[in-house]
Amino acid sequence: MKLYCLSGHPTLPCNVLKFKSTTIMLDCGLDTTSVLQFLPLPLVHSPRLSKLPGWVSKDGTINLEKELKECAGRVFVDSQPEFCLPEKELLDLSTIDVILISNYHCMMALPYITEHTGFTGTVYATEPTLQIGRLLMEELVNFMERVPKAQSATCWKYKEIQRLLPGPLKDAVEVSTWKRCYSMQDVNSALSKVQLVGYSQKVELFGAVQVTPLSSGYSLGSSNWIIQSHYEKVSYVSGSSLLTTHPQPMDQSSLKNSDVLILTGLTQMPTANPDGMLGDFCSNLAMTIRAGGNVLVPCYSSGVIYDLLECLYQFIENANLGSTPFYFISPVANSSLEFSQIFAEWLCHNKQSKVYLPEPPFPHAELIQTNKLKHYPSIHGDFSSEFRQPCVVFTGHPSLRFGDVVHFMELWGKSSLNTIIFTEPDFSYLDALAPYQPLAMKCVYCPIDTRLNFHQVSKLLKEVQPLHVVCPEQYTQPPPAQSHRSDLMLELQPPPMPYRRCSVLGLPFRRRWERIQLLPEVGPVATHLSDISILLSLVHHSALQWGKKVFSQPPIVQVLPLKKMRGLATLGDLVNDLQRAGTKVTKPTISNTLRRQGLKSCSARRVTLLKPVHVQARLKFAREHLDDPEEDWENVIWSDETKI
Amino acid sequence: MPEIKVTPLGAGQDVGRSCILVSIGGKNIMLDCGMHMGFNDDRRFPDFSYITQQGRLTEFLDCVIISHFHLDHCGALPYMSEMVGYDGPIYMTHPTKAICPILLEDFRKITVDKKGETNFFTSQMIKDCMKKVVPLNLHQTVQVDDELEIKAYYAGHVLGAAMVQIKVGSESVVYTGDYNMTPDRHLGAAWIDKCRPDILISESTYATTIRDSKRCRERDFLKKVHETVERGGKVLIPVFALGRAQELCILLETFWERMNMKAPIYFSTGLTEKANHYYKLFITWTNQKIRKTFVQRNMFEFKHIKAFDRSYADNPGPMVVFATPGMLHAGQSLQIFKKWAGNEKNMIIMPGYCVQGTIGHKILNGQKKLEMENRQTISNGQSEIERCEPGCCRLSLEVKLQVEYMSFSAHADAKGIMQLIRMAEPRNMLLVHGEAKKMEFLKDKIEQEFTINCFMPANGETTTVITNPSVPVDISLNLLKREMALGGPLPDPKKPRTMHGTLIMKDNSLRLVTPEQALKELGLNEHQLRFTCRVQLQDPHSDPDTLSRIYTHLKSVLKGYTIQHLPDGTVMVESIVIKVSSSAEEPNTKVLLLSWSYQDEDLGSFLSTLLKKGLPSGLSSM
Repeated sequence: MKLYCLSGHPTLPCNVLKFKSTTIMLDCGLDTTSVLQFLPLPLVHSPRLSKLPGWVSKDGTINLEKELKECAGRVFVDSQPEFCLPEKELLDLSTIDVILISNYHCMMALPYITEHTGFTGTVYATEPTLQIGRLLMEELVNFMERVPKAQSATCWKYKEIQRLLPGPLKDAVEVSTWKRCYSMQDVNSALSKVQLVGYSQKVELFGAVQVTPLSSGYSLGSSNWIIQSHYEKVSYVSGSSLLTTHPQPMDQSSLKNSDVLILTGLTQMPTANPDGMLGDFCSNLAMTIRAGGNVLVPCYSSGVIYDLLECLYQFIENANLGSTPFYFISPVANSSLEFSQIFAEWLCHNKQSKVYLPEPPFPHAELIQTNKLKHYPSIHGDFSSEFRQPCVVFTGHPSLRFGDVVHFMELWGKSSLNTIIFTEPDFSYLDALAPYQPLAMKCVYCPIDTRLNFHQVSKLLKEVQPLHVVCPEQYTQPPPAQSHRSDLMLELQPPPMPYRRCSVLGLPFRRRWERIQLLPEVGPVATHLSDISILLSLVHHSALQWGKKVFSQPPIVQVLPLKKMRGLATLGDLVNDLQRAGTKVTKPTISNTLRRQGLKSCSARRVTLLKPVHVQARLKFAREHLDDPEEDWENVIWSDETKI
Repeated sequence: MPEIKVTPLGAGQDVGRSCILVSIGGKNIMLDCGMHMGFNDDRRFPDFSYITQQGRLTEFLDCVIISHFHLDHCGALPYMSEMVGYDGPIYMTHPTKAICPILLEDFRKITVDKKGETNFFTSQMIKDCMKKVVPLNLHQTVQVDDELEIKAYYAGHVLGAAMVQIKVGSESVVYTGDYNMTPDRHLGAAWIDKCRPDILISESTYATTIRDSKRCRERDFLKKVHETVERGGKVLIPVFALGRAQELCILLETFWERMNMKAPIYFSTGLTEKANHYYKLFITWTNQKIRKTFVQRNMFEFKHIKAFDRSYADNPGPMVVFATPGMLHAGQSLQIFKKWAGNEKNMIIMPGYCVQGTIGHKILNGQKKLEMENRQTISNGQSEIERCEPGCCRLSLEVKLQVEYMSFSAHADAKGIMQLIRMAEPRNMLLVHGEAKKMEFLKDKIEQEFTINCFMPANGETTTVITNPSVPVDISLNLLKREMALGGPLPDPKKPRTMHGTLIMKDNSLRLVTPEQALKELGLNEHQLRFTCRVQLQDPHSDPDTLSRIYTHLKSVLKGYTIQHLPDGTVMVESIVIKVSSSAEEPNTKVLLLSWSYQDEDLGSFLSTLLKKGLPSGLSSM
């Protein structure tokens, strides 16, 4: 059993587990922090950004003035922003059988994995994960395509050149894998491969492995996964939360007794308390509004924003902000708000019981009804005529590099009355603000990350008692900025197995047993020890996999008992036994009798092992016929057919 | 042999008060707990005394599962849990959990407040009963206890309707509840995977009907409504507040919009608006199309359909009214029917099934004169309450209006039932929720087409099915790998292969291990079974020469076997030992001694037969 680690980002994981001849990808997170190296994409022509000086090295030997621009004392790449993809070279992506998605933030790289790579497997995700994931992808594509940039910068990525670049650009990693955003066509095609699952649904993979999503409490439809056979159990924990927010609470007990627990997606803000941050958020917002300024909240269009709106719903009455307009601007703002109301099954108990009344589970329905919250697809159109100040604007993207937020930065950045409040923990706010400096606007950093912190996770691990823990290497040492805080790391016995990008870990498993089914004819075996012959119909799992037929039960082995043959006796023993009973027989007689009863023995013929050429041929056959419709297969006589 | 027992307490060769008991693997499960619309006495509820004569049901039932919110599937639930007594878990889907208490409360109001019945469950009992409900998600595997697990599948009959799979070990039963195999305007089609249950318990309301395509029925429906409205008549459509009503509303709404019609459409009772709200919040349970477009246009926000007021019934001019309940047995639909029945310009469209004993059933059978109790109606706030006057007189009503029956109720027809059998591949079939005669027909058809047993027990009659559960055994990977290696990497299912292992039963577990491991684990000595045989041979050579000749002979006959001539005067073929001896008296009569172990029996007996034939002449002794 092996684990291939394709991403080094601890909260945006992408790992591949090879388990009992199935290849399972766990999440495919897209590291978007790379966009911080790029210039913002303004929605409205910005004279400031269009007149930036190009960058030439001090000695003048390297001239990249077309690709790199100097802005606010830093150098940025002037092209469409690019993302850091999971590693594609470590293993053949076309061999992946299934992809398990844990939450909508961890699926943003899906089109890069499933499209143009020969991928033919299935993706498993919950319905909210799929729907909201689709919205986030749609939004991302929309942000990019709205501001097309013909130029793509490639020269700066050459190793010899990158080495000589200034500032953070020089230290950017894996730049060769950076890619532009996918298209809507890729998104649709990738998402068409998703098969929906519900919490605690047992999904059989090729009769060999069973996977089950469990509620993880982090976001709508977010899940942890159990990957198990009859004897081995791997738990995959990704983005879980024990706080009471809107999603269904985390299912902890099902994680018990794992052989291996893969732990990712802990909080990125281990020292910030989400409740305190929410308080800060509200008080800063109120202060700015009262002073006549505007508040800008760069955020994702789903997730924490629901909690922010709920918190504000209670807060604005008390704080006398009833007349302040709240705007939510995103191409998917309406969809996101609507979708949040229809997933009653995936919500916490409180919200579920509201639906029974029937009332919408989230109070933002009321905010919209009373016109306190308005949503627009973009700053163009209706918004420009209806927009009143001072106001609060929620809009993306939190990196401040693209989306409607860029416009508001340009618009409000110069006034000290206004405030920008960062709530998303994914981007360093200083880096995000870098191209807008110098700023007069007030900046408040209230990162809200509800995922497990180190204290919670060590308590959880004590409870569920996994034999081994695998985690990103970042969790095995304190954060670099707080190297004295030994409480901000995982301390376990045995120590966790760390991984980093491109690691291949052998997981400590010793498989000793396999499950078969006895037919009931064998029935009650009278003795505690009986010698039996077995007709082996079929056991080999990898053979099943070729047809991609999913068998819901393990293969059956027929067992035929040898009549009356109890224990192991020699002919001599039998002769003696019979003599004592008064019958005189010779050994050959017994031998002949046994033979007449059909007790023959034979040794199986040895057959040569498959040569690589056969393996290749079979694999080729399987690949060629993988997409054949089911009707075609009905005309095929299966050489591995079995009565299951 | 293990067996599964199924006993319907209701819905056995009947429609109404569905309640089916299943005993599987030592667990008892109650499927649905409904009431009968056609009765007003004790027969209204299932006979729970079948389970126990006295006392509570808790210790006799492991769980109760409700398939959907129709009263003939959940109407007896508060009676069962609160009045008879049951404290275990009750499973139902989220929409069912949301809507069920409302319908129960409605039902209670009609029965207690209108008909003045006592000894009936109270509002508090409904609430207490709902506290015992555990919500069920689609496809979620719920572990009721260590052995019993249940899983819900989409059934499409009404919002939140589910089929359930009940599984104990490798035995399983699927109960369909009511289901629909063709997607309609607001719900999707039922679906189940190839789960091969031991018994599939299916409804059979439309056992003998094969309905034409939905589109034709819709066109027919619209045509009839249109014609009636054109000639100034009124159309009454009795429906249940949830389910068909929404489908027909969507249908009429789009038709009105397209045709630019002006006649008003009304929907009776305050429940409707609420009902539409449920549909909006549980939109994930509707069909693909509605789910896809709900952000842009929510299909359950109607423009043309308005709330009904009782005074509108006397308004002149055409109108279309949806009124509850669907079988014309009480309430507003019955009132409006009485008002409109005398005019032949009007029309009543029955879009669903009517239980025997209801007025709906009577007029569908062509009855033109109806006898009914004369009731006085009094208005009481929002809900209308009818009360039977003491000594009320009989009223006879002439039915002149057109009666149309249009099967819109979302049950599977015969084709749909067959389709589901094909999907699930059950080993046995059991029919409930249908009329005996029609069941008989379907039963024959199923037995013919699928060659499986099909049962149709009456209420209180038990069907027993013997199952063949396989026994899970842990096989040592060592053994498996060894045996696999012997046969090459590819399994050939056409040729069963013998494998040798030892089954150990210990601490309730079965393990199959290599004989060596078993011996070691149990501290036993290995016995060897050896066959020995003497063969006499005439050969005028010395003993060593004879042996060499045998060696040469075998070498030429048995190609591909290891044959050794050992220096100690023996020949070994694989593990078979051959020795030659002769007595001093008859040096030419050689006695060959063959000895082989039990494992080499085939080769051993072959050798002995071969050597009995003697050695060919002309063999060199080398």
